[in-house]
Amino acid sequence: MSARVRAARPRLGVFKFASCDGCQLQLLNLEDELLALADRVEIAHFLEASSRVEPGPYDVALVEGSITTSRDVERIREVRDQSAFLIAIGACATAGGIQHLRNVADVEAWKSEIYPHPEWLDTLATSTPISDHIPVDHEIHGCPVNKREVLRVMLRALLGAGPDPPRASVCMECKRSGHVCVIVAGGQACMGPVTRAGCGALCPSLGRGCYACFGPYEGANGPALAGRLEGLGLPRRDLARRFRGITGSHPAFRSTAEGLEDGDG
Amino acid sequence: MPDASEPCWLERTRLQRLLDVLLERGFEVHGPVLRDGATLFAPVQRVAELAAGWRDEQTPGGYSLEPCGEARTFGVVSGPGALKPFVFAPHEPLLQVRMDGPGSSFEAEPVLPEGHKVAVLGARACDLAALAVQDRIFLRGRFPDPHYAVRRRALFTIGVSCTRSVSTCFCTSQGTGPEVTGGYDLALTELAEGFVVRFGSPEGEDLVGALGLPIASEEALRRERSDLDACAEGIERALDSGDLRDLLYANLGHPRWEEVGERCLGCGNCTMVCPTCFCHDQRDEPALDGAASLRVREWDSCFNPEHSQIHGINFRARVRDRYRQWLVHKLAGWVDQFDTSGCVGCGRCITWCPVGIDLTEEVDAIRRTEGAS
Repeated sequence: MSARVRAARPRLGVFKFASCDGCQLQLLNLEDELLALADRVEIAHFLEASSRVEPGPYDVALVEGSITTSRDVERIREVRDQSAFLIAIGACATAGGIQHLRNVADVEAWKSEIYPHPEWLDTLATSTPISDHIPVDHEIHGCPVNKREVLRVMLRALLGAGPDPPRASVCMECKRSGHVCVIVAGGQACMGPVTRAGCGALCPSLGRGCYACFGPYEGANGPALAGRLEGLGLPRRDLARRFRGITGSHPAFRSTAEGLEDGDG
Repeated sequence: MPDASEPCWLERTRLQRLLDVLLERGFEVHGPVLRDGATLFAPVQRVAELAAGWRDEQTPGGYSLEPCGEARTFGVVSGPGALKPFVFAPHEPLLQVRMDGPGSSFEAEPVLPEGHKVAVLGARACDLAALAVQDRIFLRGRFPDPHYAVRRRALFTIGVSCTRSVSTCFCTSQGTGPEVTGGYDLALTELAEGFVVRFGSPEGEDLVGALGLPIASEEALRRERSDLDACAEGIERALDSGDLRDLLYANLGHPRWEEVGERCLGCGNCTMVCPTCFCHDQRDEPALDGAASLRVREWDSCFNPEHSQIHGINFRARVRDRYRQWLVHKLAGWVDQFDTSGCVGCGRCITWCPVGIDLTEEVDAIRRTEGAS
């Protein structure tokens, strides 16, 4: 990547697919840094921020959202063709988001239950991450992403440095911050031990369990955590839902959820 | 002024005076306070802020507090935090790097902590033993760590000997407790009406002088001895450490590693709460203007797969490899490297492991079935 972002004032494009816009809002929430950042990059395409749209190509593209329609499939290829360095941001773009739950349901049945004219809908049977469709240069995880991490990745890119993302577990961040474990001392169901760091252990810092929105920590041991949480009295079906959540399409979480559902008799 | 060898007596009602003198001398005083269902060291100004009247129950993977029914100030044996964060910060800047412009040379300046004076009230014997181990790692040798050194110099420790233990304690196996015997500025033992006080440094001696403490009575010392002995006798968990180093080195292929690797979450909680674990990572945080960057150090863990990632390969790819690395290094490798075990028997890794993996049990299992591979 480093060789690619070399323009004096690189052009930034921000694109949205199936998503809630919350990750793009994290960019706008960089209130103290946004003006300085705008000096260093030309914000050429960012509909959440401005209706002024400049055509590509773009030096850096941030892509939010998952692929859920046939038009999305075409459009993400167009974005890829226009973008030198493409970063998927947020759980929708990196894992299919909460809408990936359709992947384990009968979409045709849903359509006719919910919509009076299901034939008007153009939707795929699946919600899939950006990387299923095009090569992605980097992924920033989270629901939403941590705005500091987005800024950090962009600033590093501007210096020609790679992203160097956090790779620890949420537990490591949680302990660095001096929080008390909500599983051990609180008896709460927390997904922190199997979840990738990056949020600053936000939920445990507020006394509640992590719900794995950053996706699996590398080498996550889902079955071992599931066994522990089952010991807290959680029914297997509820536990399976925790692994089926926002980032449940990741194989490490999916296989744990399937194991729990199989044993749910 | 009592003789150095003579323990003194501090009435329970005068504990506030100890805090006041420390505060007057410019210390930020930290003591155990109730926080989110456990105790943590936090800044205090009043004795009333301390977690008095409570006691902890600790089991593998479990921690709870309950009222102890008496006015003990230090009834809680420990929380997840030890002295480690006071000297080896979880997250701290190391270097400020500045550059004039693209292609120009850069300057790097060390960023040292300010070293404001911190007094920690309520450190346990195992915590002080762990501090001595960390001193050995960070301060000795050819490259003492300047960041650690600044914080360490500014630290004043008030140890409190344990008169009760929890089920995860095994300091008696490691020779580190329950009595505070070294590495302290002041040492207290809590009895019903007050505290037996000893000093272990000139600063501690000066403080005892400022408080004008009387000599402890023989009756108080007799009860102190009796309470400490009872506490030591009550510790049931044990780590047979006689031939531990050789035992572990001889059993690197033991099937127990595979078995524990299936239970282990690989989350790293054990290493974070371990008062001696020192692994860290360094990251560069670029400034907004593109002309500066801050090099930051933060706690890392040998359970983090990234920790063993080198170019093109992870040499401890599986959780079992990482667990084995942690345990063998802690109990055997440290002996070769630092001439001390890395374990002080505080039991935090047992309590705060979400799935309750117990290193004493793992060592026992290997010992029982040695050569099973």
